[in-house]
Amino acid sequence: MSGAPDLVRLRPTRGTVLIGILAGVLGFALAVQVRSQQETDVFPAARQEDLVRILDDLSAREDRLRLEIDELERTRDRLSGDVGQESVALDEARRRAEMLGILAGTLPAAGPGLRLTIEDPAGTVTAEVLLDAIQELRDAGAEAMMLNGVRIVASSHLVREGRGVALDGTTLTAPYRFTVVGESQTLAEAMGIPGGVVDVVASLADARVVVDPRPRVVVDALRQLRPPVYARPSER
Amino acid sequence: MIPAVALAIGVALGLLVQPSVPIALQPYLPIAVVAALDAVFGGVRAMLDGIFDDRVFVVSFVSNAVVAAVMVFVGDQLGVGGQLSTAVIVVLGIRIFQNLAAIRRHLFRA
Repeated sequence: MSGAPDLVRLRPTRGTVLIGILAGVLGFALAVQVRSQQETDVFPAARQEDLVRILDDLSAREDRLRLEIDELERTRDRLSGDVGQESVALDEARRRAEMLGILAGTLPAAGPGLRLTIEDPAGTVTAEVLLDAIQELRDAGAEAMMLNGVRIVASSHLVREGRGVALDGTTLTAPYRFTVVGESQTLAEAMGIPGGVVDVVASLADARVVVDPRPRVVVDALRQLRPPVYARPSER
Repeated sequence: MIPAVALAIGVALGLLVQPSVPIALQPYLPIAVVAALDAVFGGVRAMLDGIFDDRVFVVSFVSNAVVAAVMVFVGDQLGVGGQLSTAVIVVLGIRIFQNLAAIRRHLFRA
């Protein structure tokens, strides 16, 4: 019954030898197990249910990551779509700004057109004649016009002034040189119709008109835009 | 003294030889080791209590290890191996704690 004195005395009985063997086996198994835990891959040793659990975890994670990928891709598409739309909108706005600039006379314009020169040494050409010429040029599709270096726009007005005329406050004298951008053939024909500008000017004493269609003319006179004081954009 | 030396020899042997655990035994070896540890602590406690017995120790050591491994094996066959090995570890852990508490009381009187 007194095991402790036996062990202490180191007398190798059968019991102590057996205990020693067991302790050795335990140490051996301990070392082996610890080492195998550190070194071997866990999957070959794992139970089927553990493997199934690991697989479930992995597929759940895969699903989550897939959802994340989808979401990120949608975000990416949306953002790149936004960029595309923005640049299209910007291009459109720029195009409109150019169009309106030509219309309002704030941008120079170039293109096919004609030069129309009215020589009037006797001063018989009146503002009305010039106004008629402008109207007929507009009717024939003139897109940008200038007269002796003054841009003609929608609000332009002509007033008789001494021997010449005043266009928007600038005094002009003969010869009157129109530079017009538009379909040159149509413009030239419009000038030549019976009762048109050429006819009228030819009927005046000493006055002479020269119509000169050109493949390219430049209307580079500009006009300062005055912001409207009363008018505001309105939704119908 | 002899068991401690034998334990050290066993550990050294395991580290030197570096045998690989057969795959069939891999789920059971750790459980058996924990069960044997429980038996060892129980033996130390019995020694300190003055009731140590070679035969009891040998039988409890072997039967502890074998029963623990067999329980896990049966659990594996029934499809509850994971849970059953957890249960065995928990029970053995509790016993190891109790034995260690008794040893501590003997050694430190606290």
